Amino acid sequence: MKTIDALNVYYRDLNSSIDEVVKTDKTINLKNVFGQRYIGRGLPENVKLKIYGTPGNDMAAYMDGAELEIFGNGQDAVGNTMNCGRVIVHGSCGDTLGYAMRGGEIYVEGDVGYRVGIHMKEYKEMKPIIVAGGKAGEFLGEYMAGGAIILLGLNLSKGENITGRFCGTGMHGGVIYLNGNEDKYKFGKEAVKVDITNEDILFLKKHIGFYEKTFQKDLNHLKLESFSKYAAVNKNPYSNMYCTY
Amino acid sequence: MLKEGELRIPSGCAISGIIDKESKRFCGEEIIKSIALMHDRSNGLGGGFAAYGIYPQYKDLYALHIFYDNLSVKMQTEDFISKYFEIESAGTIPTRSVPSVKNKPLIWRYFVHPKNYTVKGDIIDDDEFTSRYVIKINKEFKGVYIFSSGKNMGTFKGVGYPEDIGEFFMLDTYEAYMWTAHGRFPTNTPGWWGGAHPFTMLNWSVIHNGEISSYDANRRFVEMYGYKCTLQTDTEVITYLFDLLVRKHNIPIEKAIKVVAAPFWDDIERESKELQNELKSIRSVYASALINGPFSIILGYEKGMIALNDRIKLRSLVAAEKGNRTYVASEESAIRIICDSPDRVWSPKGGEPVIALLEGEQK
Repeated sequence: MKTIDALNVYYRDLNSSIDEVVKTDKTINLKNVFGQRYIGRGLPENVKLKIYGTPGNDMAAYMDGAELEIFGNGQDAVGNTMNCGRVIVHGSCGDTLGYAMRGGEIYVEGDVGYRVGIHMKEYKEMKPIIVAGGKAGEFLGEYMAGGAIILLGLNLSKGENITGRFCGTGMHGGVIYLNGNEDKYKFGKEAVKVDITNEDILFLKKHIGFYEKTFQKDLNHLKLESFSKYAAVNKNPYSNMYCTY
Repeated sequence: MLKEGELRIPSGCAISGIIDKESKRFCGEEIIKSIALMHDRSNGLGGGFAAYGIYPQYKDLYALHIFYDNLSVKMQTEDFISKYFEIESAGTIPTRSVPSVKNKPLIWRYFVHPKNYTVKGDIIDDDEFTSRYVIKINKEFKGVYIFSSGKNMGTFKGVGYPEDIGEFFMLDTYEAYMWTAHGRFPTNTPGWWGGAHPFTMLNWSVIHNGEISSYDANRRFVEMYGYKCTLQTDTEVITYLFDLLVRKHNIPIEKAIKVVAAPFWDDIERESKELQNELKSIRSVYASALINGPFSIILGYEKGMIALNDRIKLRSLVAAEKGNRTYVASEESAIRIICDSPDRVWSPKGGEPVIALLEGEQK
């Protein structure tokens, strides 16, 4: 295992030295990370990074199989167009987490920002997943086209809501699971509440189980059957938009 | 050269602000370190700072910071200023040579107070008097730009990366209880010294990341009250909106925030009857002061610092607190680099202000 001190290292130099190290050593600790962008971009399978500090925007962009574990908060656009692999954040994340994500998993211990999962997509077995322990900002799953978002809503203080307005606006694929029931006005007209099935319960069990284990929480009190599930009203809402006769 | 407004400027940017609510002053190194961390959010075409509490020895005088293109406009302007103001002290603003900071104008500073309080027979207070003459000079004197006009505060800005501009103006030698900083990313403009942020009027300073799509509606609105948008950039109009709402119309700052980042009509419908009435009147009376488009701004004034996002949070903003200090920045790392283990870190919601006032000040 190799340790890189990132203090005062420019993001390009930091990312090049990570590229250099992974040629021989697949496990790297990064310490003193302050805002360097694109950490983990494009990194392939079997690479493991432990990141201490506050990694910058677009962490894990286009990531292709690596595992990143962050001891601190993520900033904006974590997992931008990520292809596969796993991101674990022992903290919270900013806006546009999982932006256009194509595959892989992101687990966030705490809260996530605005526009999380914006334009996530899926294709055959490639199904991206975002699990967050706290609450999300507005526009959760905006233009979502595939994959799954699970929000646990743990430790909300009084008056706090698990999600903001405009949830699922423009959604045309994928699913959003929220712990509990939310008012209808918060959802875009393209998202609709659907019944939760046994398959959903198994899916939730699996990913919440991983969350529990990773962040060492006891979540036995969570009632999976009281989660609500939202999906797209219409899988192809714009099919007539450009070819009306 | 085409100046701002003659070209369109889509921009990304970096913003950062620190306030010590007990008014303890600290030097400019911290804010430079914070804004420098976000270097790649700017492109070297604009950087600037606002510093509050830096001129205690002249705290009752207006500090005019002025860019001049040449000596002849400087002489004309000084003649004009001395007709209407007593100049207690005048001199160049000290600078250091920084290789990347080029084409600097003449940069002068004057500590002044108005000679009288009448304009065309109207008796007005000295704030109004001073602001009218600042607007007049910026509008009518070619090659002259007053870029700071407050009391016991000043802005320092220019073309360059913000950390270089901070070095150029020797901000490590100033002490302030509140600092804000901006790194600019105009992609389609020659960039000129006056166009950098902050934009100021009297004690107001605004730094801004984003674009104001309601600019023309807002501009027409403030120009009805005697302001003149001389730069045609969106940020300038925000400064005048707050000056108008809070200084001239005496609206409490929290309501002024509801004016510029008004709640949606359907959100208002879900509020209590009383609040509905209030919010509806705000939206009706000040419809043209609603700021639309993506923005995160930091506003400085004599009472403290306010950070605000547009209603649907199209720009990033993070806040933190530690002890007496409140921090805001575009990125969390820009706070953590100067603040070890903050007591609290949070992301404000869209339209939800971070209000950090000096002790004893009222909202």
